[in-house]
Amino acid sequence: MIVPAPFDVESVRSDFPILASTVHGKPLTYLDSAATSQKPQSVVSAIEKYYALENANIHRGLHYLSEKATDAYESTRVQVADFIGVSDSDTIIFTRGATESINIIAHGFVESVLQKGDEILISHMEHHANIVPWQIACEKTGAILKVSPVNEDGSLDLVAMEQLINERTKLLAIVHVSNSLGTVNPVEAIIKIAHANAVPVLLDGSQSVPHQTVDISKIGCDFFVFSGHKILGPTGIGVLWAKREWLEQFPPYQSGGDMIERVDFDGTTYKAIPGKFEAGTPHIAGVIGLSAAIRYLNDMDRLGAYRHEQELLSLATEQLQDINGLRIIGTASPKASVISFVFDGIHAHDIGTFLDADAIAIRSGHHCTQPLLKRFGVPATARASFAFYNNEDDVDRLVKALKKLKKFFT
Amino acid sequence: MKNDSLDELYQSIILEHNKRPSNYGHLGCATHTAEGFNPLCGDKCTVHLNVVDQLIEAIKFEAACCAICKASASMMTNALLGKSLAQAEKFTLRVDRILSDDNLDYLESDGDLVSLNGVKNFPARIKCASLPWRTYQAAISQKNRAVLE
Repeated sequence: MIVPAPFDVESVRSDFPILASTVHGKPLTYLDSAATSQKPQSVVSAIEKYYALENANIHRGLHYLSEKATDAYESTRVQVADFIGVSDSDTIIFTRGATESINIIAHGFVESVLQKGDEILISHMEHHANIVPWQIACEKTGAILKVSPVNEDGSLDLVAMEQLINERTKLLAIVHVSNSLGTVNPVEAIIKIAHANAVPVLLDGSQSVPHQTVDISKIGCDFFVFSGHKILGPTGIGVLWAKREWLEQFPPYQSGGDMIERVDFDGTTYKAIPGKFEAGTPHIAGVIGLSAAIRYLNDMDRLGAYRHEQELLSLATEQLQDINGLRIIGTASPKASVISFVFDGIHAHDIGTFLDADAIAIRSGHHCTQPLLKRFGVPATARASFAFYNNEDDVDRLVKALKKLKKFFT
Repeated sequence: MKNDSLDELYQSIILEHNKRPSNYGHLGCATHTAEGFNPLCGDKCTVHLNVVDQLIEAIKFEAACCAICKASASMMTNALLGKSLAQAEKFTLRVDRILSDDNLDYLESDGDLVSLNGVKNFPARIKCASLPWRTYQAAISQKNRAVLE
């Protein structure tokens, strides 16, 4: 039997220049990867190389550089399709991020699906990006937004969810992994329930793609969205995937150059997908950076990385639980390497500022999930999120600082 | 270095007001009430006032917020209780200067409010300190909501 080599976190860390930096004269402890991941040098270099040596617009120039840029851009579409288990790369649309991806879907539903009295079902643990577009879609069409409840441990109540699905339900829009709690939702079971009722499912993969391999052909959802900057890529680039028939049915979200087939003052015809949804000069450098990020992930031992993150999660959970007055919000299993917590009598902002003095970066606040935090009766939490490039020293520093914090404030 | 300014931010007066805030709670006889929100972080602060003949006869606050915000609210209620609305306005302008001006000469009348001077080194936290004061201003101008942009 071949024993896999252990995950070499120190070697991985050396790929990320920022992890060797200091903040306030102390080594950086970056525990905010759920907000945005750090970038390996290969991603930074790919973007720099494009701008320095290969910069050109795509889809229009007949010159060498334009063709090269077009190739880089379009081959990334195929790379992204492979990365998430999609065979038809025309169904990969580049967007500004998961938020814009969801907005495109919501726009499509407003324009071509929703009628008065229809229902959209979301869950209580959604990010604002998967709540507000649906609220607006409902306002515009007279549809009704339904919310599936969350259990005390931070898992979804699937029985309640099934009961909320009926013949008026036009879409189930749900997060794959919760950004606030870390809960990994049983999406295959959820999709089975939805599809048994002929309800399509949108999965927000913003927090799942960074931690695990995602195979849409296996999961079987109808829409999938994620952001590049959470998977080592640059900000301002994201992905919308949908089944071809939906993309063909939806009208364009934005219009202008690069999305047309023919423009005449008598009328205009649009490109087929994916061009129909990519008006204007796209974020070419972002796509090139995303390509380098996916290459990095594909070349890495992702299973080893996942196991390493889970070890950090167990270690941190165990040690944080031992701190008197600290309460972890979200204890469902399985869980991604995200720990939200509150402290008796100490507000999350004070925790954030205090940890920052020790160069520990965490997120404090509502994490764009205000309804979820309200459900747990807290206005804000502190959230430490671990990526594969974090190590045990990071956990130690967090725990030590939190013990100091308790003395300081009480 | 940063640890020194951490002590400046969380001066003992602030920690004390955070632990044992003055004038915390609901006010049955309120003539003016407003809720203040900081959408960036979700902090919430409610200010209740009883104003008679331009005089603040009673002031209380309720809050779900950080130590800086709670201490600022607590000190505000102490500073404004029994003051005229004109005097109160002067205090609110004064606090804005304490939160921004590096070369301010402090006055005896500033009292505990001087302890907010460490906040200006933490730009992300200035709104925490100003939220109660903006909420007070909203209440007095008969707006029931103050939302910091």
